[in-house]
Amino acid sequence: MIEVRDLTKRYGDKLAVDHLSFTVEAGRVTGFLGPNGAGKSTTMRLILGLDHPNAGSATIDGKPYRDLSRPLRTVGALLEAKSVHGGRSARNHLLYLAQTQGLPRRRVDEVLGLVGLQDVAGKRAGGFSLGMGQRLGIAAALLGDPQVMLLDEPVNGLDPEGVLWIRNLMKQLAAEGRTILVSSHLMNEMAVTADHLIVIGRGKLIVESTTEDVIARSADKSVRVRSPEAARLATLIEAAGGTAVAGDKAAPGAVAPGAITAAAPVPGNGNGLLTVSGLNAPKIGEIAASAQIVLHELTPMASLEEAFMELTSGSLEFGRREGGPAQAGPAQAGLPPAPASVDATDGSAR
Amino acid sequence: MTTQSPTASARVPLPATSRHGLAGNLMSAEWTKIRSVRSTIWTLVLFVVITLGLTGLLTWLVASNWNGPKAGARDARVVIDPVGFILGSGLGLGQLTLCVLGVLVITSEYSTGVIRSSLLAVPKRLEMLSAKIVVFALLLIVVAEIVAFGSFFIGSAILHSHVPVSLGDRNVTRAVVGSGLYLTVLGLFSLAIGAIIRHTAGAITTAIGVVFVLPILAGLLPGSWGAHVNGYLPEQAGTLVGQAHPPSGGNVLSAWEGFGVFCLWTVVLLAIGAYMLQRRDA
Repeated sequence: MIEVRDLTKRYGDKLAVDHLSFTVEAGRVTGFLGPNGAGKSTTMRLILGLDHPNAGSATIDGKPYRDLSRPLRTVGALLEAKSVHGGRSARNHLLYLAQTQGLPRRRVDEVLGLVGLQDVAGKRAGGFSLGMGQRLGIAAALLGDPQVMLLDEPVNGLDPEGVLWIRNLMKQLAAEGRTILVSSHLMNEMAVTADHLIVIGRGKLIVESTTEDVIARSADKSVRVRSPEAARLATLIEAAGGTAVAGDKAAPGAVAPGAITAAAPVPGNGNGLLTVSGLNAPKIGEIAASAQIVLHELTPMASLEEAFMELTSGSLEFGRREGGPAQAGPAQAGLPPAPASVDATDGSAR
Repeated sequence: MTTQSPTASARVPLPATSRHGLAGNLMSAEWTKIRSVRSTIWTLVLFVVITLGLTGLLTWLVASNWNGPKAGARDARVVIDPVGFILGSGLGLGQLTLCVLGVLVITSEYSTGVIRSSLLAVPKRLEMLSAKIVVFALLLIVVAEIVAFGSFFIGSAILHSHVPVSLGDRNVTRAVVGSGLYLTVLGLFSLAIGAIIRHTAGAITTAIGVVFVLPILAGLLPGSWGAHVNGYLPEQAGTLVGQAHPPSGGNVLSAWEGFGVFCLWTVVLLAIGAYMLQRRDA
């Protein structure tokens, strides 16, 4: 179990991690999400004792990392930053790590076999492809058969086969009762891997909940509807208290759904495609049925990606903010980020 | 949780503790690090080849030009301190490679990022640094003493017909052994600079600057306090132990005093490096 309490790290005048608290439980994959620069890697480095926090604590099974003797037997970590000497062979890299833990030499060959690097074990790691390098990092993390694993962006830059391999490995390790914390900025990747999510932005906790819960809270926020009678349907939807806008809201020039009022013109073009917000998919289906309107499509746009965009919209490190003054909600830039609780999303959900 | 998966099948019971204690484990690991990288091995080979080669070459040039035109003053110096001349001829340049090696042993960890792996494995950073220092010192003392004795035997054989010198002569054994010790401490001195600066190029420049350039600058200082400053500089103090009969005048320290001063410099820099390793983010 990993426990982070009130962790704070400052680089110069920039607050990279801001009073962050969360718990990572054993037996499941916990996804650690946030946009680039949110503080995910820094948090992991603080947990692993590579960086010193300005305040707060991070413990693994109740102990700070630095107090672990033979730490690789307790914790395995895959860092995003390069941490292998390119001139050293894969086997020698793992050998020296094994020696620090008092592990036998044969363990090195075992983990090399586990990750499928046995044929290149004597080759210099500097010549490895991205995928092979990632496998070597995983091998180092598995070396001490640890109960706790931290993986920083493990699928970054991997081909589909490599992504699948890592995904299955993490699930399997969690199924063995281990504690797995995996960071990513790819929400959809986490949706298929993680059981539990910790979402941070600008170093602060935004949400800590189950993956289903995070997705569910974003469900029914918008629904794609396609109908040959789109204009008539839009009028009915607005009468029922929803808002409808023609076309795909992701299309260029589309306006954020929250900005559309009932009085906004609803054209019937756009291949009969509407993006509806304020009403869930079953309700829209009922409206259409009662008015005998044919529907060609009725899709709740409930992706983790969208939930994440909404959750972190106020906390992007680099300017990527969308929407004009009409965009409302506590997560808007300039306002202090919402308190670290699940309520943070409610205001911006409209 | 209890099902055996492909990963789990490889979960052989790991031994609780190994044959060696923690210190032994860490030293094995540091030795693996040093021997498994080409740059350290090649630098060490270069040190041996340059030092022995130059000793042979320079003593041969002196011997073949003995009593030659304009060689009188130089010959006289060789006669006063033949062992100092022999050892100094090759080591003068050879020691450069040890400066590079000492720096590389630690800065290559930072430049490649492997320091992160190392500190994850050994989060008690002073333990890692101590193991590194001990292993590197043991390696150096073996290689440096072999090279010092090798240089002496090559040089004394070549000079034999002009200036016979043997280990039994006064201060000669001390000078040969002392040269090996000086080179060992020089490697650690460079390692300390590497630990403080962390960047290879910057640390090598600094180490070479301190060892080779500083004495030249200090030599320009006027008067007796200039001589004192010069005498206490790391290289000036450290090399005294490698001379059987240091030229009189200008030396403010005896051979072993000088070596002690050099060791003190090294210990202080290592302590600063250790403190900074402990304090800084990796």
